[in-house]
Amino acid sequence: MNLIRVLLLMFALCPFAAQAQDDPFAGLAGNYEAIRHAVEALAVSGNPNAAATVAALQAGTLFAAPDQSLWIRQGDTLTNARTGVTGTPEGDLRRVRVNNAVRRAIEEATGALTLFAPVPAKRIKAAADLFAQHDAAMLPMLERALAKETDPAVRGAIEQAYAAALLAAGVAPVTDRLAAIDVLRRRGDLDASNLLASLTNQPPQVAAAAARAVAAIARVQRLWALAQGVFYGLSLGSVLLLAAAGLAITFGVMGVINMAHGEMVMLGAYTTFLVQQAIGAYAPALAGAGVVLAVPAAFVVAGAVGIAVERLLIRFLYGRPLETLLATWGLSLALQQAVRSIFGASNRDVTSPGWMSGAAQWGGLTITFNRLYIIVFAALVVAALMAVLRFTPLGLRMRAVTQNRRMAAAMGIRTPWIDALTFGLGSGVAGMAGVALSQIDNVSPNLGQGYIIDSFMVVVFGGVGNLWGTLVSALTLGIVNKFLEPVAGAVLAKIFVLVLLILFIQRKPRGLFPLKGRAVEA
Amino acid sequence: MSRASLTLCLTMVLGGAALLALLNLVVPAGSALHVPTYTVSLFGKYLSYAMLAVAVDLVWGFAGILSLGHAAFFALGGYAMGMYLMRQIGTRGVYGNAILPDFMVFLNWKSLPWYWQGFDHPAFAIVMVLVVPGLLALVFGWLAFRSRVTGVYLSIITQALTYALLLAFFRNDMGFGGNNGLTDFKDMFGIPLHADATRDGLLVATAIFLALELLIARYVVTSRFGKVLIAVRDAESRTRFLGYRPEAYKLFVFVLSAVMAGVGGALYVPQVGIINPSEFSPANSIEAVIWVAVGGRGTLVGAVLGAVLVNLGKTFFTGALPELWLFALGAVFIMVTLVLPGGLLGLARRRAPRAVPAAPAPEPAE
Repeated sequence: MNLIRVLLLMFALCPFAAQAQDDPFAGLAGNYEAIRHAVEALAVSGNPNAAATVAALQAGTLFAAPDQSLWIRQGDTLTNARTGVTGTPEGDLRRVRVNNAVRRAIEEATGALTLFAPVPAKRIKAAADLFAQHDAAMLPMLERALAKETDPAVRGAIEQAYAAALLAAGVAPVTDRLAAIDVLRRRGDLDASNLLASLTNQPPQVAAAAARAVAAIARVQRLWALAQGVFYGLSLGSVLLLAAAGLAITFGVMGVINMAHGEMVMLGAYTTFLVQQAIGAYAPALAGAGVVLAVPAAFVVAGAVGIAVERLLIRFLYGRPLETLLATWGLSLALQQAVRSIFGASNRDVTSPGWMSGAAQWGGLTITFNRLYIIVFAALVVAALMAVLRFTPLGLRMRAVTQNRRMAAAMGIRTPWIDALTFGLGSGVAGMAGVALSQIDNVSPNLGQGYIIDSFMVVVFGGVGNLWGTLVSALTLGIVNKFLEPVAGAVLAKIFVLVLLILFIQRKPRGLFPLKGRAVEA
Repeated sequence: MSRASLTLCLTMVLGGAALLALLNLVVPAGSALHVPTYTVSLFGKYLSYAMLAVAVDLVWGFAGILSLGHAAFFALGGYAMGMYLMRQIGTRGVYGNAILPDFMVFLNWKSLPWYWQGFDHPAFAIVMVLVVPGLLALVFGWLAFRSRVTGVYLSIITQALTYALLLAFFRNDMGFGGNNGLTDFKDMFGIPLHADATRDGLLVATAIFLALELLIARYVVTSRFGKVLIAVRDAESRTRFLGYRPEAYKLFVFVLSAVMAGVGGALYVPQVGIINPSEFSPANSIEAVIWVAVGGRGTLVGAVLGAVLVNLGKTFFTGALPELWLFALGAVFIMVTLVLPGGLLGLARRRAPRAVPAAPAPEPAE
C-alpha cells in the first residue's frame, strides 16, 4: 500500500519534476538565489508572460501562493503569472521579495525582455541596449528574437546585437565571426569600432578582418564628421547670410554705410516677441504659427523704419559715405536706447514653436531642426530678394537707378522714391533676419551690434553690389569658421577669420566677385 | 588752424591743468575753492581722451583716413603701461607672488610669459608704449595703403581689427587678465599712485604731453609734408599722378597718430586705475571720431575741445540721466553730420573764408 502510494506520488510528481527543469518561473517561489536564476532564465526564455512577470517582480506586485503558483496583482484582480489567466489562488499569498543581486538581474533581464515588446521602437531600443552589453549569455534569446522578428529595421538592430554578443562569446566558428565583423562594419559607428578594437585572442583571420573593419569605420566616421562640420558651417553661414542680405542691398547696391543695420535686425527680433505676445493674448490656438506670422510683420516694421530713416536722415548725406557712417551709428545708439527704455535691458523670451525644436539623426549626422529651418529660410529670403531685383518693376527701377541715376531720372523714374524703397527693402530683409535670429540668439537691445561687423565683412568679402557674392561669402565664412573651431576654439577661430578677412581685403580690395566696369572707379 | 586758436588752446590746457592741480594740492580740503582729487583724475582722463582725439584728427582731418579702430592703439599703449604697473605691485598682490600678477596665480600659471619679460623696467615699458601701437599701425597701414584700400573699406577693416583685438584680449589664455584686464595698481616709478600729489602730477603730465602732441601735429600738417597730405586727402589719384606716393605719406601719418594714441592710453591707465578689453570695443573708436567731428574735423584744436565737451556731457548724463545719454550721444552724431559739418570751430569761424574743406567724396556706385 505504501509502495503504491509512493509510486502514485512519483507519478504525480514526475511531470512536475520534468516541468521544473523547463519551467523558468519555478525558482520565483524559492530563495533569493533561486529567484535570481529564475529571472535570468525568464530573460532568455522567450515566454510571452516573462516580461509582465519580471515587471511585476520589480514593482513588488508578484505574489506566491502556498501551492507554488505565482500571481500578479493589478488593483483587485489577480493574474496567474504562468498562464496570464485571472483567477483566485488558494491560501495566503506571500510577496516575492528581492535583494540587490536580484534587482541587478531584473535590470539586465528587462532590457532583454523588451526585445519581444509589441512596439517596434521599443524592440530597437532593447536591441541597442543588448548591443552595448554584448553578453554571450543573451545569444539564445537573440536567436529566438531573430527568428520571430519581421520588421526589417528591428531585425537589423537585433542582428547587430547578435553579432556583438557572438564576437564577445569568442567560441563561434571563424566564418560566423567574420560575418559578425561584417555586420559591425556596416553599422559603422564608434561603438562598433570600439567593440572591434577590443577583441582579443582571435584567430589571425578574424583579427585581420577586425582591424580592416576598424579602419573602414574610421574612414566613414571622418566623412560623417566632415559632413557634420559642413552642416554646422552652413548653419552659421546662413545666419551670416541673413544678417548680411539686407546690407547687401543698402550697402552693396546703394552704397549707404548703414551702421544701424544691426538695429533693424534687432527690431525684427522684437517684432517677433510682440507678435508672440499678441498671439498668446488673443489667439492661443495659433501659437505654433507665431514665427511664420512674425516674418511679414518684421518686414513691414523694419522696412517702414528704414524708409523713415532714408527720408529723414540718409538722403541728406548721399555722396558723403563717412558722414553717413557716423550719422547712422548715432541712429543705432538712439534705437538701442529706445528699445531698452521700452522693453527693458534684459533679454526677452521668444519661444521656439514645437515644430522647430528637436533633431533628426541621419546616418552619422545630427540635424537640429531650428538650424535646418534657418538654412531653408535664408535660402528662401535670398531667392525672394533676387527675384524681386530681377523680375519686378521695382527691381528693374532699382537696378536702373544704381547703374545710372541721371539716365534713370530722365526716363521718368522718381529716383528719390526708389532710393527710399530700396533702403526700405534692405531694412525689411534685415527685419526678417531678426525673426530667424530671435530663435537662436538672445533678444536684447544689443542683439544687432553683434552682427554688424560680421555683416559688413561678409558683404565686403563677397564683393559689393553682388548678391551672389554675398551668398558665397557668407557660406564660405561660416564653413571656414566652423572648421577652425575644433582646432583653435570658438573665439580664436573668429579672430583668425577676421584676420584672414583683413588680409584678404588687402589683396583684393573689391572682394571675391568685384563688379567690373566704370561703376567701380566712380 | 590759426596760430591764435592753438595758443589759446595750449594756454587753456596747460593753465587749466596747473590750476586744478594747485587747487587740489594747496587749498585745504574744507575750502570752497578746493578741487577734489576725483575731479583732478576726471580731467586727466579727459585730456588723455583728447590725445586720442588729436591722433584721430591727424589721420581723419588731414589724410582722409577714417580709422574706426584708433581706440585699439590707445588701448595697446594702455596695456603696455598697465603691464608695467602690474609688475610694480610685486608682493602686495592678493596672492603675494613677487613675480606673477594675481590673475596669473589665479589661473595657475607657473612662470611669466615671454611677452611680459622686461615690463618691470620703466624704460622698457615706455619704449613699448611707443613701439607696440606704432608697429601694429606700421604693419596694418603698410598692407592697407599699399593695396589702396580707402574710404569706407578702410573704415570697416580698421573696425574689424579692433574687434579682433577685443575678442583676443577677452581670452584668459592671452595672458592679459582676460575679462577683468589689469587693475589694482599700487605705484608708478616708485611713487604711490593713490597719493593726491601723484594724481596732480599725472594731470599736469597729461596736459604737457597733449600740448607736445598738438605742437608736433601742427608742425607736421603745416610743413611741406602736410600740404601733400592734404592733397592726398582731397584728391588721392591726382596727387599720385603728380608723382607723389600717397601710401608713404599716409603710412607715416598713420603710424605717428597710432603712437600718439598709445601715449594717450599710457597716461589714461594710471589715472583711471584699470585697463580692460572693453577699451578695444569698436564703439569706443567711433566715439573718438565723434569727438573730433563735434570740435571740428581738421583743426586739431577742435579735437581737444570736442573730446572734453562730449566727455563732460557723458559724465553729466551718465550720472544724472543715464537713460538719456545714448539718446544725447546719438543726437550729437546725427546733428553734427547733418547741420554742423564743420563742428563747433567751423560754426565759430563761419565768417572766415577758409572754412574747413569737406572732402568732396564721390558718390559711390554711380
